[in-house]
Formats: sequence, C-alpha cells, structure tokens
Amino acid sequence: MVTSTAVQLEPTGTPREEVESVVVRFAGDSGDGMQLTGNQFTLATALAGNDLATFPDFPAEIRAPIGTTFGVSAFQINFGARKIATAGDAPDVLVAMNPAALKVNLADVKSGGTVIIDTGTFSARNLKKAGFESDPLEDDSLDGYQVLTIDISKLTMEAVKAHELSNKEALRSKNMWTLGLIYWLYDRDRETTANWLRGKFAKRPDIADANIAALNAGHIYGEAAELAGGMRGFSVRQAEITPGLYRAITGAEALAWGLAAGAKLADLRMVLASYPITPASNLLHILAAMKQFDVVTFQAEDEIAAVCAAIGSSFAGSLGVTSSSGPGIALKGEAIGLAVGVELPLIIVNSQRAGPSTGLPTKTEQSDLYQSVYGRNADAPLVVLAASSSANCFDMGIEAVRLATKYMTPVMLLSDGYMANASEPWLIPDFDSYEPFPVQFAGSDQLGEQGYMPYARDEKTLSRPWATPGTPGLEHRIGGIEREDGTGNISYEADNHQRMTDLRAAKINGIADDIPRQGVEQGEESGKLAVVGWGSTHGPISRAVGNMRDVGYDVSHIHLHHIWPLPKNLGDLLAGFDQVLVPEMNNGQLVTVLRAEYLVPAEPLNKVNGQPFKITEIENAIQRCLDGQSGDAK
Amino acid sequence: MNAPAKPTALKAKDFASDQEVRWCPGCGDYAILKGVQKALADIGTTPENVVFVSGIGCSSRFPYYMSTYGFHTIHGRAPAFATGIKLANPELDVWLVTGDGDGLSIGGNHMLHALRRNVNMQIMLFNNEIYGLTKGQYSPTSPLGSRSPSTPMGSLDRPLSPVLFALGANATFVARAVDTQQKHMPGVLQRAHAHNGASFVEIYTNCIVYNDGVFASFAEKNTAADGELLLEHGEPMIFGKDSDKGIRMTPGAIALEVVQLGVDGITEDDLLRHDETNRVLAGLLGAMRNPDFPVAVGVLYCEDAEAYDAAVYKQVEAARSSNGAADMNALLRGGATWTVGG
Repeated sequence: MVTSTAVQLEPTGTPREEVESVVVRFAGDSGDGMQLTGNQFTLATALAGNDLATFPDFPAEIRAPIGTTFGVSAFQINFGARKIATAGDAPDVLVAMNPAALKVNLADVKSGGTVIIDTGTFSARNLKKAGFESDPLEDDSLDGYQVLTIDISKLTMEAVKAHELSNKEALRSKNMWTLGLIYWLYDRDRETTANWLRGKFAKRPDIADANIAALNAGHIYGEAAELAGGMRGFSVRQAEITPGLYRAITGAEALAWGLAAGAKLADLRMVLASYPITPASNLLHILAAMKQFDVVTFQAEDEIAAVCAAIGSSFAGSLGVTSSSGPGIALKGEAIGLAVGVELPLIIVNSQRAGPSTGLPTKTEQSDLYQSVYGRNADAPLVVLAASSSANCFDMGIEAVRLATKYMTPVMLLSDGYMANASEPWLIPDFDSYEPFPVQFAGSDQLGEQGYMPYARDEKTLSRPWATPGTPGLEHRIGGIEREDGTGNISYEADNHQRMTDLRAAKINGIADDIPRQGVEQGEESGKLAVVGWGSTHGPISRAVGNMRDVGYDVSHIHLHHIWPLPKNLGDLLAGFDQVLVPEMNNGQLVTVLRAEYLVPAEPLNKVNGQPFKITEIENAIQRCLDGQSGDAK
Repeated sequence: MNAPAKPTALKAKDFASDQEVRWCPGCGDYAILKGVQKALADIGTTPENVVFVSGIGCSSRFPYYMSTYGFHTIHGRAPAFATGIKLANPELDVWLVTGDGDGLSIGGNHMLHALRRNVNMQIMLFNNEIYGLTKGQYSPTSPLGSRSPSTPMGSLDRPLSPVLFALGANATFVARAVDTQQKHMPGVLQRAHAHNGASFVEIYTNCIVYNDGVFASFAEKNTAADGELLLEHGEPMIFGKDSDKGIRMTPGAIALEVVQLGVDGITEDDLLRHDETNRVLAGLLGAMRNPDFPVAVGVLYCEDAEAYDAAVYKQVEAARSSNGAADMNALLRGGATWTVGG
C-alpha cells in the first residue's frame, strides 16, 4: 500500500516520498540472521512512532543446508502512519540475501514492488541449489519489479576490512549492512541497533564494531548511491497511537508475564512443568529466568510427566502450569482428565502449530479447538480460552489463572505459532490496576462434624475447597476413581456418578455467568453478516471488516476469547445476523461448535497452508456472502 | 540425616484411615501397609506433613488406607506427580507406592528420571512379578517363560531386576525388603526416609491369587535363613540356618560366590564385608538369585548427594537475592521501551 501523498526534504536535500504504510520482507538463509535483522528493524520502527505488526517465518531445521529453498528464513513487517492490523498481505519490498530467498518469496511481492538482491551470492552453484534453471538477474523473471542489485557481500567485506575479522565472521555482518540500507530507505535511527550490538557482543568488541561499521556503510550507500530507477528514500508519518509507554512484545513473552502476573494476583507460587517442543519452548525459557517471581520451572522427561508434575504442584498448593503444542497436548490428555475429576486448578497452554502429528512444527494453525473442547475420554469439561494477539496473551494469561483458581478447574489456553513469535507494540499496563484475586485455602476451621469434606461445594460457583498438604486436620485422599459427592471417598455407586458428572458439567457451564458478555468489535449488533473469529485471525478479520464497512457493506466483526463455556449472549447475538462467516486456520472447527450449540447457519472460511489469512482473502469472502444483495447497504 | 524421633503419641494404627481395605484376603499388601504404618509411628511424624502418591494397580490403592494426605493418580505417572508435589512444597514428606507393572512398564520412564534427579522421597515398589488388578498377565519382572492369560505358551521377553534398574538410573539409595518380614521392613523404610534424595525400596510381595508362592524359596519362615542374605553395612556377609555360609569375591574374577565357613580353611576374614557406598558391589549383590545365591535384602546402596528439590530452591533463592524483590511493573518496563506523546 505504498501511496505517494507528499514530498518532504531530508536535511541533505534528498527528497523523500511520503507513504502511508509499507510491508517489508527480509529473506535469507537460516544462518543469515534475518530474524535478528527483522527484530531490530521492528524496534527502530516502533521508536519512529509507526504502528506495526510482524510475521517471523522460519524453517523447522536449525541450519538447513546453506542455499537451499527449505532453509530460507523470512521476517515480514508491516508499518505505517495508520493502525496496522496484520503483517501485510504482500510485501512492497523484498530483501533477498541469496537465490533461494528470491525463489521462495518473489511470487508474494506486490506487482511493481521493490526487490533488493545481494548479487554476491548469485553464483552458478547457489542458483542451481535454489532450483533456478537460468539466472533470474539475466532473464525476465524480475520484469515488473523495481530491482536493486547490489553486491552486499563484497561491500560488507570492504566495510569491515579494518576490523581484521576472518572472512566468515566478516560476511556475517552483511545482515547489518542490509539493515543500514533499509534504515536509510525508511529514515530510521541506527543508534538503538548500534547500542544493541555493543551489548550483544560485549565480549567481542571487534565484532560489535564491525557490525556497526557494516550498518553505517549500508546507510551511507543509500545516501550516496544513485539507486536504480532513481529510487529515493521514503518517510512514514507517525501513527495516531494512544499516548503512553510502549514496548514490543511477542506472544510468548506476554503469556509468560501474564501467567506470572496471574499467579501473583492469586497469591500463589507458580510451577511450570514443560517439555521442549516447537513453538512452545520459549515460554519455558522465559519463565525459567523469572525465578525471583516465585516461579519454579521444571523441564520434565516428557509431556506426560510435565502435566502430571503440574497437577502434583496444584495438589500441593501451587499454581500448576504446563505448556506445549498440539502433539504434546495429545499426550497430556489422560492426566488432564484426572485434573477434571479431582478438580484441581491447572493451566495448559497450547501454542498451536500445523498438524496432525508432527505436521509443520514452525508453521501456524489453529486446528486444536476440537482437541481443547472435546479431546478427552469421557465427559471431561474444562475451560478453553483463546488469546487474539501477541499482547492479548498477557490479559488472557491472567484470566486463565483467575478461572482455574476460582473454579478449581483445568483451563486450556490457546495461542499459536504465529502469535507466539510475532511481536507487536504494547501499551504497557499498570500492574497495580489489576484487581487481585487471592486464593483462600481451606483451613482447619473448616472441619465439620463429619471431618473435612474435600467435595463440599460452594453454592454459587460449585467449586470445591482447596486444602493443601501440611494443613493439620484436613488430611484427605483424592484420585482418579469416581469420588463420592462430599467426602471424596471412592464410590462405585451409579447415582453418585450421574450426580458428579452433572456437577462437573454444571460448574463449567456456570462460568458463562462470570465472563464478559460477547461484544462486537466493529459494526452493528445485528445485520446482514457477522464475521466470527477466534485467536490470531483477529488482525486480518478486523482490517477486512473495516475495509468492507468503509465501502458500505453491512458486516460486523465478533471475536471470541472465551471458547468454552461460550459467552451467555452469543446465541442471541448470532441470531441477529442473516449470515455468519467463520474464518479459521483449520478445516472448520469453531464453525461446527457454533452450529451445534446455536443451530445457526454459520459458514466456514478455511485456510491451512501454514500462513496467516490475508486481508483480501477475508474481504473476498465477505463480498461473496453479501453479493447479490441489492440496495445501498450491501 | 536421621530426623530426631520426637515424642509423639501416634501409634501405627493412627496412620490408618477409616476406609475399608479391599485387597484380596492374604495379599502381601496388608503386611506392607502394617509395616509402613509402624515405620511412620517409629519415625515420629505427623499425618498432615505426609503425602502418599500412587499410580494404578493393586498396590496403588495404598493411599486410601492411610490417614495422611494422599493422591491416587494415573497409571505409571506417580513419580511425576510426586516430583510436582516436591517442587511446590519441598517440606512435605512424600511416599510413592507403585508396582512392577506401574513403576517399570508403563511408568518406567518416570521412575528412571525421578531416580536420576534424586527427588527427595521414598519410592516403594511392590514387586509381585504379575499384573494383579487386570487379572494375571505377566509383568516386566516375571521370569522368562511365565504362563499367563496373555502368554499361554510362556512369556518371551526377558525380565528386569528393579534394583539393578534403579542402580543403573543412578539412584542414591537402593534397598530391598520382603512383605512377610515385619521385623526387618520398618527398619529399611526408616533408613529410606532418613536418606536425603530418592530412596528406592523394592518390596517382594506375594500375590495370593495370581502368583502365590513365587518368592517361597526365600520369603517364608523356613526358607529365609538359607534363601536370603541380610545386608548390614560393614558386616561380613554371612547367612544360613547355622550362620555357616558366606559370600566372597571369586579369586581372579569380578564375581561373587557362596562359600562354606570352615571348609577349605575359609574363615570370616575371607568374606566380603558389606559396603553400601560401593555401587559396583551393590550391582553384584542385587543380581544374586535363588537357588545359586541367597537373595540380598536390606540397604544395597546409599550415597550422599544433593536432592533435586533442595537444589531447585537454592536457585530460586539465588535469583531472589541477585535480582532483588520481584516487581511486576519493573519487569513489564524492562528492556527497550518508548513513549508516545499525548
């Protein structure tokens, strides 16, 4: 969406073209440092006052063979002077650090877009590895694009010569050279990145200096060189953003902090037990470094041990949390059923990825909704929540703790690979503004005539008391065999099983009274079409609905954060629309739940290619739904 | 690390719950229940600080029969639940009850890791060499050729030895007891309790319905003297009705042999003295089987090492003292931030 609106002059006198918003994609080999480059550009862009959204997209292989298409790592950022909802449909600018990066990404670039190429990597060998039959720099592959061919490798070597690094070390600075050029192109400040380099390479100041030299050299190249096609720099005005203190945050960070914040509000120690799995491991890494917050982390021997240790921690009076991705959650199923039965708090974080089985570990999907709501043996209801953006993970983490402790229940908290890795600006909240919800453990004073009753229930919440080992007089035994209502003793009695099954269901259903009424994000509370989403599709749905409303379509956006139980008013709300469209990065899961729960004629819009929705894909679907309906209000 | 026995009025029966015990009449588990209750009374602990954790199987009903806290979990995973309990509150006195199927088949992986981590708890593995609760299938400790409903022509997979498994998992305390030996068992359990770390106790348990008499060659009154070797740290390895047999290293080999005292000039000085800090010796003793050898019972191995849960909290304390008080607002504002003006 590069639209020229004005011309302003740089101090040097070079005219800069003003644009509303830009999508840039950095692509290179997985060893080229594209994710670092993208993160630095993100920070510089945030500091420049633009709104932004990012999409890191990298291979599952840590270091795939150099130069191959399956080793290509990319980082896309959309930034602008207006509200940015997604990482952008199509790049305006592609930076291709090698032939494979060009091969994989060129087709996505907007027609007429800019392609910046490091020609230093375009050897016959690399072209062959990337699967080019002929050199795209020589044939017509790049027709229709504005192409900047620069021997970045050679220029980087020259720029860092004075620092006397090995060839290999010197070449590794070429991502910083490229970043310097892009900083010039969009008028970004280099100082934050220079400071970051000084910190990162504190023990190797020569490498820090070389990288800074490369960064500066790339910038100078932009200032001085006559770029192809008379290309000049751009400026992007500051966006209108709510005033306050901001930071960039990924979903993994926001979730870790949200869970720790929730534990603090509940006045509980938190024990995170987890087993490494992509893309969920970051949560373990972040919380492992937060021990001073009374967070204990445990890298278990497997997924099953992780969930079991978390449940054990809850039994002993801590907040047990386990974290994984779809295949790992499948392994935890039996233990989650036990937590449902014994009614202990437990938080299960699922950073969803494409499946089934190993599927595409680094690619995003939201196909574990069925697994979350229904995926256990027997009738085993629990709470399911879904965060809608990286920053939203903080509040959803707190909400998960609130519900788990208040209702003595497992809570499944859904994130996804996209959200976990993507960063966005976050207006930092004041933690003191959050209402604490301290847990009241059962005390010896609750000893009735019949002794302690672990399955006595609170009349309102139907929640059972939480007595922790170490409390005199409240010694009790719980377990997986059906528990007698009240005493918790083993009971094989038929009527008791019916009653306990009903109570477990009623307790979870009753939570619908304790969650926010479902609102409408954009548009009217009734009308022709409701687009209903959940999870990380929030960005593209919100932009698509906004765009379509701007041109007169009668469409509203409803986004669910509480998946189970569903908000109380959702059925009535959906009934107020002629049509319901449910875009999901799966083969149609929420849509089935909505149809089953409310008998509404909801229609699916599905995408499972490992990439987030494009805005246009949702716009087109909205148009298809409303086409043929005459009148001014489409 | 022996906790001083504080004066307590609690007797063995005070550790019994009000629930009716539902094992088969004559099951070895009754004897163990009695032995454990006696051990807890002897230790002088209080029920509120004790947690019994179990998996699935006959032995795993154990927590329901204790007046302490208890958690009957899922098949094979008790070590993971117990680890979580210790991570939440390392002060709790955790006892794990499992069997040869629960602890070494479906839960073998968790057993391995609880032992190598050295989580401070007592692990009692009731070994009856059979699956009882599912009606008599062979288990990972059943001898080769065991006929069972699932192996009508005899089992084909070789068994493992629980104590050798534990030693291989780098366990810091490995012991053996026998269900019927009520005088011996509480002492072994007290030693296990006193040990700081994961204490593994294999308890031979007679399944009267599906595997009756499987340990008869050493577990009965008239066979124990000749069939088993009672280990005592620092004492010569003597056994037999007349205390006339002993164990020595085979000259010129890394192997044990049974010798007759007084024959071929063999005296007590020729016998091995038990050294429970010697892992290699523990392995040799653990491998002894009837009829060629007596079965070794008592503490096979005991090593001082830091318990995992204690080490975890050392790190928590270190993080607290080096990072100062936890401040959520400071955390949220750490790193790169920027201000958008009003």
